[in-house]
Amino acid sequence: MGALRKWTRRGFIAIGALTGGGLLFGVTGAVLAPSRHGLRSDDAEQSGELTTWILVTPDNFVTVLVPQCEMGQGAQTALAMMAAEEMDADWSRVRIKEAPATDAYANGYIARAFIHDVPAFEKGFDYGTYRLARWLGSQATGGSMSVRGTGQHGMRVAGAAARAMLLGAAAVTFGTRPDELTIAASTVRHAASGRSATFGELAKAATQQPVPSSPVTKDPKTYTLRRTSRQRHDIRSKVDGSAVYGIDFTLPGLLYAALEIAPVYGGTLVSVETSAAEKMPGVTKVVRLDDAVAVVADSYWRARTALQMLQPRFDDAGHGNVTSATIFDAFDKALGAPPAMPSKAATVITADYRVPFLPHGTMEPMAATARVVGDRVEVWAGTQDPLNARKTAAAALGVDPQQVSYTNLALGGGFGRKLPNYLDFVGVSARIAKAVSPAPVKMVWTRENDIQHDYYRPAGMARFAGALDAGGTPIAVRSSYAGGGDSESVFMPYAIADQDYSPRDAKHPIRTGPWRSVLNSQHGFFKESFIDELAHAAKRDPFAFRRDLMGEHPRFKAVLERVAAMANWGTPLPAREGRGIAICECFGSIVAEVAHVAVSPEGVMKVKDVFAVADCGDLVNTDTATAQIEGGVMFGLSAALLGEITIAAGKVVESNFHDFRTMTLVDAPRVHVDFVMSGAHPGGLGEPAVPPIAAAVANAIFAATGVRVRELPFSRAKLAATS
Amino acid sequence: MIPSMAVTVTVNGQTRTLDVDPETPLLWAIRDTLGLTGTKFGCGIAACGACTVHLNGKAERSCSMPLSAAAGATITTIEGLAANGVLHAVQQAWLDQQVPQCGYCQSGMIMAVAALLAEKPQASDQDIDAAITNICRCGTFARVRKAIHGLTGQGGA
Repeated sequence: MGALRKWTRRGFIAIGALTGGGLLFGVTGAVLAPSRHGLRSDDAEQSGELTTWILVTPDNFVTVLVPQCEMGQGAQTALAMMAAEEMDADWSRVRIKEAPATDAYANGYIARAFIHDVPAFEKGFDYGTYRLARWLGSQATGGSMSVRGTGQHGMRVAGAAARAMLLGAAAVTFGTRPDELTIAASTVRHAASGRSATFGELAKAATQQPVPSSPVTKDPKTYTLRRTSRQRHDIRSKVDGSAVYGIDFTLPGLLYAALEIAPVYGGTLVSVETSAAEKMPGVTKVVRLDDAVAVVADSYWRARTALQMLQPRFDDAGHGNVTSATIFDAFDKALGAPPAMPSKAATVITADYRVPFLPHGTMEPMAATARVVGDRVEVWAGTQDPLNARKTAAAALGVDPQQVSYTNLALGGGFGRKLPNYLDFVGVSARIAKAVSPAPVKMVWTRENDIQHDYYRPAGMARFAGALDAGGTPIAVRSSYAGGGDSESVFMPYAIADQDYSPRDAKHPIRTGPWRSVLNSQHGFFKESFIDELAHAAKRDPFAFRRDLMGEHPRFKAVLERVAAMANWGTPLPAREGRGIAICECFGSIVAEVAHVAVSPEGVMKVKDVFAVADCGDLVNTDTATAQIEGGVMFGLSAALLGEITIAAGKVVESNFHDFRTMTLVDAPRVHVDFVMSGAHPGGLGEPAVPPIAAAVANAIFAATGVRVRELPFSRAKLAATS
Repeated sequence: MIPSMAVTVTVNGQTRTLDVDPETPLLWAIRDTLGLTGTKFGCGIAACGACTVHLNGKAERSCSMPLSAAAGATITTIEGLAANGVLHAVQQAWLDQQVPQCGYCQSGMIMAVAALLAEKPQASDQDIDAAITNICRCGTFARVRKAIHGLTGQGGA
């Protein structure tokens, strides 16, 4: 790979000597004064302008400070691998730390430095939830952005710069030219003289080296660390119980809060009689909030018990008549008549598809600890955006974010629930803490709080029409949809000349937000079900039909062909078993999946195997890449099989895992994963395996039974054999 | 008023006397009174298994058992599963297979599997499906089964 031309234009690399003789390498953005381009930033530590830091210490350890949070997606390990690869660091001497919640680690410092690249690497971000401008000012982990954003543009460059400076330091030390040196396993060697020095030994001298203005990154062919499987740095703590999640944080003198929230979103607290609860043992205070009431006590169970003594009255914000039926009726009305088809069509098919609201159901319910002492606020939680958590707490208390210190802890799942601007629980915890200041208080949501007060994956509905000519060639696909969509989620990679996808507005008062793959899970089901229906209408094999329309999209075609081969597509199956195929692009990665299902005569459906092939450009940590595909398939499948949130009287009906049902081991298929290494610009991995699975299963059910399921979850479908 | 009453239990080999409301679920006594936070709160209705501990050797969902019902019991939590710094075979299998993602459910998952295999070292897939009903939202199920198969020597891929 050549020098990164755009780097010198908009960004520069800053370096600062650290106490103890270490080196700090970071990458900063174009928000800095132009006169400082390419210059050593002596005050880099104080100015708060460094980001994606690499620390080299005299003990010969390289510490990588990663701005992204770890929620099981393996991003921290992968990002450290990207930096270590460029440095030729000894992986056994690399440590990983999560960066603090300061502006220095905002996404924008990297993104702005590569502003020309933004449209490419931000694919899928200009629309919908993750508005680009909003994302740049945050320290968000989402949108499958860690490797393709921070890693590709930050870690690689910082690593390459560090390598150049360490080589330069060695050249001075050995009295040679840098090109006479080799570097491997955190050691620089001079073959001619037989001398060598470790990174740790060179760290101090390296600080005297000029900062390269355009560091040269490695040719991927020479990678030795990337594209291998490495254990994630956080796994050990997750098998021995030592990992500290947001809910686990504690302080001396900690109080606990339990919460009841207005059951209808937007509702406010009208009245609550608190005297009985306040007399309960251990109760410190009943805290009235606008839309909730909290009990603070000396133990969580005492807070929960006292909360049940309250009979708060909330209003319904005028939404007391809203039900799932009224919402879907409004969708139906908004979609109108099926889209018109060309007059030359020989065959026209139409179909409606529906998907429900879905909660995230992170295994760790929302929890945060806060302490307000004078004008200082401290907050501890596990979120996908430490900077936004800090801002949320500040806004809740009407203070400046500089007065808030925020510490991010491990997340017990994210899936989009803990992204910027969806951190309601952080704000609530800060307000409760203020009411009992100066005591620290940990607020823990019940599962009922969580299921009933989520930012739900939007429910949606789509109305498709498609046309074939007399020869069975598709000539038109048009749809209208309600519930949200964007250009990536509705995109179909098929050479069909007449395509149109029209959003329709149908408002409802249910609070929605990003859910693993954002808008792609709904549209993946819609579009890849419909193309399957069109294939069957044309009496074509659904795989071959798709493939033959992918001439303009060779990456899609390669992925589709690989998954078909992997799944032995086309080989015979027993009666009432079938395979279904689907393919989607999501956050820059293309994933195709084949589901193999069996449906009993009684109508019980089991997904036996899922084959998944992904083209995310290149791989960093192959094992975690595989794990993300496996997890994405399971997460999407759980929702497709069982997941549903329904609304009655403006309220969420489901309340816990007994009625919001999720997959368990017995439902889980075998998942077979492979990758196409196309060398394309890196795509995401945390989310892109989710969108194809529901359609793959629906298409497999059709192949097995002849029943076309157009509404999720599948648990609603009647699949018994008719004799 | 709920009277306070001390309850004595043995946790990870240590005898502990807990002076908390006896109706407090065992989960919260373990987490907040003993400070053993490896055992997780997930649902509060024994539906998800994140709170699974061993109570007299059997897997028990601690969120739905009052502390009073555990009086005199011998309890093992995830922190007590390793012996003398050596990971339990199930923990080691989880590390080898890189099972956890977010990891929040895995303490309970590991405790449930350890209890199953203590009773049925060669558990069949039916045994596994019947006993391991813990919820994982990240979707680690394929690796969970693979790790169990590695321990039982049973099962296929």
